[in-house]
Amino acid sequence: MDLKDKLVSSFLAFENNVDVHNPVHDVRTEAIKNFETKGFPSKKEEGWKYTSLNSLQKIDFSIFPKKESTLEYKDVKKYFIHQIDTYKIVFVDGVFSSNLSETTHDGVDICLMSSALTKPMYKAVIDVYFNKVASKDESLTTLNTAFSREGAYIYIPKNKLPKKPIEIIHFSTGNDTSLMLQPRNLVIAEENAEMQIIERHQSLTSNAVLTNSVTEIFAAKNAIVDYYKVQNDNDAASLIDNTYVDQKDGSHVKIHTFSFGGKLLRNNLNFYQNGERIDSTMKGITIIGEKQHVDHHTLVHHIEPNCESHQDYKGIFAENSTGVFNGKIIVDKIAQKTNAFQQNNNILVSDKATINTKPQLEIFADDVKCSHGCTIGQLDEEALFYLQSRGIPKKEARALLMYAFANNVLESVRIPELKVRINKLIANKLGVNLGFDL
Amino acid sequence: MLKIKDLHASVEGKGILKGINLEVGAGEVHAIMGPNGSGKSTLASVIAGNETYEVTKGDIFLNGENIEDLSPEERAHNGVFLSFQYPVEIPGVSVTNFMKTAINESRKAKGLEDMPAKDMLKLIRDKSELLEIDRKFLSRSLNEGFSGGEKKRNEIFQMAMLEPKLAILDETDSGLDIDALRIVANGVNKLKSKDNAIVIITHYQRLLEYIVPDYVHVLHNGKIVKSGTKELALELEEKGYDWIKQEAAV
Repeated sequence: MDLKDKLVSSFLAFENNVDVHNPVHDVRTEAIKNFETKGFPSKKEEGWKYTSLNSLQKIDFSIFPKKESTLEYKDVKKYFIHQIDTYKIVFVDGVFSSNLSETTHDGVDICLMSSALTKPMYKAVIDVYFNKVASKDESLTTLNTAFSREGAYIYIPKNKLPKKPIEIIHFSTGNDTSLMLQPRNLVIAEENAEMQIIERHQSLTSNAVLTNSVTEIFAAKNAIVDYYKVQNDNDAASLIDNTYVDQKDGSHVKIHTFSFGGKLLRNNLNFYQNGERIDSTMKGITIIGEKQHVDHHTLVHHIEPNCESHQDYKGIFAENSTGVFNGKIIVDKIAQKTNAFQQNNNILVSDKATINTKPQLEIFADDVKCSHGCTIGQLDEEALFYLQSRGIPKKEARALLMYAFANNVLESVRIPELKVRINKLIANKLGVNLGFDL
Repeated sequence: MLKIKDLHASVEGKGILKGINLEVGAGEVHAIMGPNGSGKSTLASVIAGNETYEVTKGDIFLNGENIEDLSPEERAHNGVFLSFQYPVEIPGVSVTNFMKTAINESRKAKGLEDMPAKDMLKLIRDKSELLEIDRKFLSRSLNEGFSGGEKKRNEIFQMAMLEPKLAILDETDSGLDIDALRIVANGVNKLKSKDNAIVIITHYQRLLEYIVPDYVHVLHNGKIVKSGTKELALELEEKGYDWIKQEAAV
């Protein structure tokens, strides 16, 4: 049985474990119908031209974990930004781990999607927000919607700011030889609310894992959301991240994506600007090698006037790795005075590495500033010579230059300990000890 | 210290150096002057090991050892330093961290441990004072957004930190105002000793008023066409390079 059929038939088993009378289930039922019709995207589709899911579909994934596992904090501490205190929403094989988590209901809700979807006290919020910005016809999103049951639920009321950053971590343990996970997150920042989120997916064994995640983010008037995605999983783990952002007047939402580890990573970030004076920022650093594949698909839809969007993606590709950047910007006719900037710079370190980069601008307004640029190059020989002439060996000099190339993306990271961590991951990934703490 | 014999070098098949002979002894200061395009910067790059240039003939000896097969970093470890005409900007790496890396890599190559942090700090403090460099400057990203003068001062600061045996200063005076020129020249003069040698590459005589050369060489069309003492620099300043070109043509 292929993966699609397996998923569709698993939906019946899934229904035995959820309340089918809950209105949420109508949403799921609609979604599985859509997925059943469409199936997995194929390379024939424009948006999937350079990313193939064929090999993943051949793996016999477990759709539900067979047994629960527990992890000790000391064994997984290194995956947290443990230098600082954080709220933690942690899942092990898709199941909430109460011993690793630190949730709260103290003025803000930082807790579980399973509670939010089932408990009456959250019904009003769920009715307004659940599946409202996520696509209802993109097949992988609807697949996730069909199985939506667990994930992070974060609700920050008006004028509130949680005391500390929030970490969302999904561990997989390898209890199943291969496991498919479909976390569903809902993040709501009411007027003037503010928050910082760090998200990570981490497999602890070399068993195959496929995560198809959907996150909906709602930023009300003047809200600020800083979202950091740390993608440094092992080479048997693949991730499809579907993030949808709905922004209102004066809100600022920033998503940083750090892609270093994993077999196949596909990031679909979609921003919808439903208001004025909105700022949407997407930044990314991709450093991959071997046969890794990272695909960034971004969309910013400028729907109202006087808004800005900024995109800055840097990529370093070694060995046989492949990268994709597809940045779509739509400026509606009414969206005058839009400022939209997009930059994608890449370095190919090997002759066998590939990057496909494509800006896609659809501008219907006439008074806008839009710029885009993409570059693909090699390291600057003159710069390399400069460093070598100071006694720095070629390998370290190359690493230093690659570090310098990617570094400016980190300037906007507002959690210093996270910045240090990312710096270390970059140094590790470049395979050198640069002799000082970056 | 440095001995260059019949050096020929080309870039992309085009010959630039066409038989350079030069000997620089310890404790000496040599100036290499010449019109634009005469091969001055190429000579500096070739001595430092820039692989963009191909040495087609001739030899370079440093303290009796042929350095032709050494990489730029190995030449640096052997005491060669090049102050760049256009220093490269390295965002995200501070001047301090860059110097730490450079010094410790050189020590590693010599089988030494990393320099203790305390000693490193003292060295940085002493040398930055020598070049009147503000401490804040040292935490900025290397050369990023530096003015022309700051870049050159930073080059000499690096020279002071690395204490080379042979320092080649490529157009160090260009882009410097008179105050910066004085500070840079003062720094170089303090670094000068009987054990090291300095080669100054310059188009103008200006810097040589502050760093007085023992010998002056004129480079034209890839060859040294005239050598003399510091008076030659003055003569060039007065008469320009045309008479040299004419002499060479005869």
